[in-house]
Amino acid sequence: MTGRPWSLRRRLTLTLIGGAAVLAILFYLVVRTYAQQIAQQSQDRILEASVTSLLDAAVVRDGQIELDVPYAAFSMLDTAADDRVFYAIQQGNEFLSGYDGLALDDADPGAGPIFATRAFQGTQVRVARLTRNLPASPRPVLLTVSVAQTRDSLAGTLWTISVNAAVFGAAFFLLAAGMALWTSASTLRPLGQIAASVARRGPGDLRPVIRPVPLELSPLVASFNSLMTRLSHSLTQSETFIAEAAHRVRTPLATVRSHAEATLMRVDKDENRQALRSMIRAIDESSRAAGQLLDHAMVTFRSDQLETQDVDLVTICSEIVDRLTPVAEMMDLELGLQSDGPVPVRADPILIQNAVRNLVDNALKYSAAEGAIQITVTARPSPTITVTDQGIGFPQTEMASLSQRFQRGDNAKGTVGSGLGLTIAKDVAEAHGGRLELRNMEAGGACAILHL
Amino acid sequence: MRMKYLLIEDNTELAAALCDRMRLDGHVMDHAATLSEGADFLRVGEYDLILLDIMLPDGDGRRFLERHRAQANDTPVIVLTARSEVSDRVGMLDLGADDYLTKPFDHAELQARCRAVLRRRTGSAQTVIRRGTAALDPVASVLTIGDTEVTLRNRELRLLELFMNAPGQIFSKGKLVDRLFSYDDTVTENAIEVYVGRLRKHLEPSSVTISTHRGLGYRLDDG
Amino acid sequence: MRNLAFVIFGLWAGLVHAAELEDRRLFEGAAGQVTLRVLSSTDTDIFAPILDGFLERNPTIDIDYAVAGSADIVTLISDCPDCFDVVISSAMDLQLKLANDGLARRLPGLNGAPGSQWRQSLFGFTLEPATVVLNREAFAGRDVPETRQELIEALRADPEHFRGKLGTYDVRLSGLGYLFATQDARTSETYWRLMEVFGNLDAQLYCCSGDMIDDLARGDLFVAYNVLGSYASSRPETRDKVAIITPRDFATTMMRTVLVLDSTTREAAATALVGHLISGAWTAQDRPGYPLPSIGAADPSLLNVVSLEPGLLVYLDRLKRQLFLGAWSSALVR
Repeated sequence: MTGRPWSLRRRLTLTLIGGAAVLAILFYLVVRTYAQQIAQQSQDRILEASVTSLLDAAVVRDGQIELDVPYAAFSMLDTAADDRVFYAIQQGNEFLSGYDGLALDDADPGAGPIFATRAFQGTQVRVARLTRNLPASPRPVLLTVSVAQTRDSLAGTLWTISVNAAVFGAAFFLLAAGMALWTSASTLRPLGQIAASVARRGPGDLRPVIRPVPLELSPLVASFNSLMTRLSHSLTQSETFIAEAAHRVRTPLATVRSHAEATLMRVDKDENRQALRSMIRAIDESSRAAGQLLDHAMVTFRSDQLETQDVDLVTICSEIVDRLTPVAEMMDLELGLQSDGPVPVRADPILIQNAVRNLVDNALKYSAAEGAIQITVTARPSPTITVTDQGIGFPQTEMASLSQRFQRGDNAKGTVGSGLGLTIAKDVAEAHGGRLELRNMEAGGACAILHL
Repeated sequence: MRMKYLLIEDNTELAAALCDRMRLDGHVMDHAATLSEGADFLRVGEYDLILLDIMLPDGDGRRFLERHRAQANDTPVIVLTARSEVSDRVGMLDLGADDYLTKPFDHAELQARCRAVLRRRTGSAQTVIRRGTAALDPVASVLTIGDTEVTLRNRELRLLELFMNAPGQIFSKGKLVDRLFSYDDTVTENAIEVYVGRLRKHLEPSSVTISTHRGLGYRLDDG
Repeated sequence: MRNLAFVIFGLWAGLVHAAELEDRRLFEGAAGQVTLRVLSSTDTDIFAPILDGFLERNPTIDIDYAVAGSADIVTLISDCPDCFDVVISSAMDLQLKLANDGLARRLPGLNGAPGSQWRQSLFGFTLEPATVVLNREAFAGRDVPETRQELIEALRADPEHFRGKLGTYDVRLSGLGYLFATQDARTSETYWRLMEVFGNLDAQLYCCSGDMIDDLARGDLFVAYNVLGSYASSRPETRDKVAIITPRDFATTMMRTVLVLDSTTREAAATALVGHLISGAWTAQDRPGYPLPSIGAADPSLLNVVSLEPGLLVYLDRLKRQLFLGAWSSALVR
């Protein structure tokens, strides 16, 4: 599957914010609709009261309708927006008083008040109409009263409520959006914490995650732990395997080499001796190559997951000198260490040791007999380890490419070595944020400086 | 310097090859295939040096080292390992090994390390090789003639040791080059003449001489 | 003049009555360009200082000022809405009905005081209580009545002294008289008892305040009920002869109101005039010579101010008016 990586947090936030927006809009619409109904109802109630009070004031006297309109009948229709008021009083279909245009033909006694919104005098009005039978002789009189009112105040009230609902809706939305951000951040925090605790681990730390996690994350963490267990098992196996393989290969090589040496001491014929020498050199070269390949793989692995500690460069170098002194002596070479007190740094000691050993190894290989190899450790201006010899030096034209993998100097022909030594030293320097400097000395001989 | 070694190594072929090679140099080497066998040898005999393999059928060589040091046995131990240098280094030196060698190894290097171990332990050899008025301490690398002492360089020492261990034997130039320069193809046989010349100068006051046998090689003569 | 209907016949309260202009005068601005046609119930002489003040500030406007009775105004407007731009009247109910019927234009730019404007189209600019005006001579040596009850008692105490010497509006003819009468009746039953007494003592009925005050000054009337005090006090020749009593029990108080007809084509000039009247209503107390009682000068707690509200339409209802006039006639008309 391809595509841009998507964010759980963004999706959660957007879903929550989207939900809040829908709710806010819904809230606004519901409040508006409800307010419209309420406002309309309250206008209708007042209109109904007005109509009723008008009808209540009507009496039939001597066959004539007398309607002593109560002041309150219209006074109660006073509104903040000074809405206009219209009315019509009719007996049957005969218009008696008020606004003629409001009168209606289809009077229907007995029914409750009828409300309608209609156009009148060029504006929208709400009309309440009520018809009543007034007792009279010889027969009852049908009296219809209509009262109408413009809707300015209603519109004003609705506008105010709409604005308030919109403000509340917006405030609710903002609050919900803020909470959505907080919620998504806090929900996903355990995920980040687990990721951080795993990222903080050292390269060799393959323990399972045991911190308590939310229920939803436990399958993920369980899978992770199972993977860690298998990985740990597999790493242990391969380490054992590599050690075992080395053992299996190196032991027969040692057997062959010993036999070859012994045979070489016994034979006199030149061509036989030549063949045996080649055999011994081949064994040495393959053994050294295997060693350097293992070294290089180890350096690469440890550089990727650098684990530093406080170490003293002088201590590391003096151990190397102790170890290699017998080899140097065999070649009548002097191996010296020079320093002014300890040089503490934060570094991976195994990597440093490997780099220096490879540099000294190179110096031993390319030194002329009865020369001297000097290791100098300095603290200032920055920690450096310098290895100098009195050999043939690096070939001037290939200085830059020397530390590339498997590059060997042109003038190194005939000397056993895989060419990985300088690469290892360079990788180690760079893993510690430093560099490897190669140059030739004026008095002759090579100089390799490990800057850390 | 002729020495008595105990080799504890489960691979019999390697052990046979090593023993063969050692005897050519005049050393005595007993072979034990297991740790318990090695312990038996140690109980009955005295050895100058133990060569110890790490992976053995009846246990880890490191456990043997621990016991060996706990019994206050001070016979030096050089560990032979097939693993990479780094991983075993700390453990073995901490457990009391005097040095270690990665297989396969050059016998000259084994000799050099043995000499270094012994030098650290005693400072000089129990057996000084004497020929005429010349006496060679191979551990201290000192040649004594009468009252004068000469400190020899490593290749001079190894060359003289060869001659003094086999007086009257003719060594060809080719064989000497192989011994001194670890089978290096770039070194010519003439290089050996420089070292022979130096030895002759050192031996001048003594009764011992190195004679040249054209076409055959060199021989040490006493008197 | 050519455009104006001088005499318009209309049906009013069952009587055939000629609606006609009582007076008409052109007030010219210094550089008159627009002629604003004003129809007013206020006498020209009283209103002239206000118009002069307006023209001083707005020299490009001429004012064609026509006067008619407050009831006639309704007839004139309904017959010819295009003939006038501004209507000024003391009959609040009739003015409110004009506005309610959609004849008044809304003027959103103007700010009347709360309670003194309706629907941003009808603006009150005076507060004028209805008063009792007495002939000082006739009450020489008698207690001057300060409430309606005291007036009733004074009349009953000496009916023959007052017979034929009482006057009030003929509410059938005067819009303002009808407004005062209906509001009095709405406020207190005392009104009807007073009218009974008036009727028994052969009260005279008048169309207009001016005539009543003239008769009072001459001594033909001793008591005039529901007369605008401002009219009485604005005439220097009568001022000493009459006493103006604002009844302490309640003083029905009307606002003189102004509106701009929706049919006008001179809205800017009309709005300026209304604005001038409103500002005068609040600042007039600082201006000597301002002819009308300003709102700002009045103490509202003493007054029973008629509100600008739909209730005013009640007494304009035909059936209601029939009933009221019936009751009024049976009390006053013998």
